[in-house]
Amino acid sequence: MDDHPIIEFRQVSKRFGQQRVLEGIDLSVERGRTTVIIGRSGTGKSVTLKHIVGLLRPDEGEVYFEGQRVDTLSERELRPIRRQISFVFQLNALFDSMSVAENVAFPTVQHARGRLDRRKLDKLVQDCLELVGLSGFGEKRPADLSGGEKKRVALARAIAIDPPPKVILYDEPTAGLDPQRSDVINRLIRNLQNEFNVTGLVVTHDMKSAEAVGDRILMLWNGRFIADGTVAELRAARDDHVRRFVEGVAEPEDVRNLT
Amino acid sequence: MGRDAEEYGRARCGCIDAGADGVLERNRSNGEMGSMARKNLLFRLIAAIGGAVVGWIDGFGRFFVFSGHAILAGPTEMLAAGGWRRLMPQAYLVGARSVPVILVTGAFVGMVLVVQGWEQFDASGLADRLGAIVNISVAAELGPVLAGVMLAGRVGGALTAELGTMNVTEQIVALRSMGADPVRFLVTPRFLACLLLSPLLTCYADLMGSLGAWGVYVFVKGGDPEPYWRYTAEVVEMWDLGTGIVKAFFFGGAIGLISCYKGFHCRAGAEGVGQACTESFVASFITILALDFCLNIVLNTLYTVWYGFRSLIM
Repeated sequence: MDDHPIIEFRQVSKRFGQQRVLEGIDLSVERGRTTVIIGRSGTGKSVTLKHIVGLLRPDEGEVYFEGQRVDTLSERELRPIRRQISFVFQLNALFDSMSVAENVAFPTVQHARGRLDRRKLDKLVQDCLELVGLSGFGEKRPADLSGGEKKRVALARAIAIDPPPKVILYDEPTAGLDPQRSDVINRLIRNLQNEFNVTGLVVTHDMKSAEAVGDRILMLWNGRFIADGTVAELRAARDDHVRRFVEGVAEPEDVRNLT
Repeated sequence: MGRDAEEYGRARCGCIDAGADGVLERNRSNGEMGSMARKNLLFRLIAAIGGAVVGWIDGFGRFFVFSGHAILAGPTEMLAAGGWRRLMPQAYLVGARSVPVILVTGAFVGMVLVVQGWEQFDASGLADRLGAIVNISVAAELGPVLAGVMLAGRVGGALTAELGTMNVTEQIVALRSMGADPVRFLVTPRFLACLLLSPLLTCYADLMGSLGAWGVYVFVKGGDPEPYWRYTAEVVEMWDLGTGIVKAFFFGGAIGLISCYKGFHCRAGAEGVGQACTESFVASFITILALDFCLNIVLNTLYTVWYGFRSLIM
């Protein structure tokens, strides 16, 4: 197995106006494992993910995928990279004007650019929907689905590429779901990793989800990683911010602001 | 005692002198501060004006890059698999769904022009010529402008709201992440639908304007229908109809591009989408009027150069 990290950040900084979101972060994502980035809302977790597929460009630093620098590539040059990376968005980003089956088929249709075997595509869509437990949902519209079903369609769309993607980026995969539906999504993420040996990079503030899917957990705080390890290691961390986040205890200044 | 009094007096004077100096110093420093505050205010004003100008130029630059991208993607989109499948629903929404409102608007415009003009023309003994004046106004000016305004309100707002919602729900970013070009995929079909169907809608508005005017002229005012059509045929040239259609192309294209641009760049949340819709309509409306002014100058000059002066009052 290739030991080189599949994704690498070197001293990446990003700011929006006066707000510094990432401050020179370094990150290496190992192949075939699921890495979870935790942190409070607004700490730059989603921003980190978006740098990997060129949706955002760093102000400083370098981003690599499979050893190739991606932050300097044009939209056209990014296409083959994006073909290998799927993105599950926090709000699912299903296209309202398309049916569920069309949504799931979209990345394949897009990447095929006209060279498409329709029968093979239909089979792929059916298989992917079956994998997420939504057989028979193909003709429905996203508006007709529940939050959990939409998330499962988004997962099906993420894997509906032949050959499967090397990396799946998950942005808050359990946000807005009840604990039982969150558990279904966590199991699906695990299944996808086991079945396709896909590298997963998950950002979440749901510790239960992080624990369920993550082989390695990093914590982002004020634009820097302040912890890196397993859940058990994070629980035993000396850093007060890490322990408080893992245990779900508010920061003293946040509580003070309440009174 | 005397010396004490003298020293006390000197000390007091010293105090007074010192106090006077302090007051002068304070006044001087207040004056300097006032001058500095005025300078600061001036700098802030210049900075605000400069910032606004830079913002405008930046906005225009972005809009023209966006528009160029959408226009240049047109041939690729039309030749691509699924290109027509993306265009047709937009053509239906922009064109077919706008027909009723355009028919009603066009008819009322023609009717109102006859009601407004009848007494003046009748008093001058020129009532027979009213149809010609109304029809040339509708064909060259009011038909395209009102069809454009209706399109900006009915279609432009819907396009901005749709794309704005797609923007805030990450659908546009999702398209990019899957290697699709969101401008080609979303903007080009909408732009083409507006561009191609606005002239057709203008033809409907012209037709109904003419018929509406004829209806009021004949049935309400009791005018003679024969001279209405005869003078219309004499005065209204193909050039006038062509002028209206050329204008409609420009108006339709502008509405499509402005509406899509506003949707693509709206701020997050329902308020952001709502504001983008308002901005989209206002910008489209102003652009229609500005384009109308510019096109009138160009087209009238061309007419005069090619055909010479034409008098409408014969």
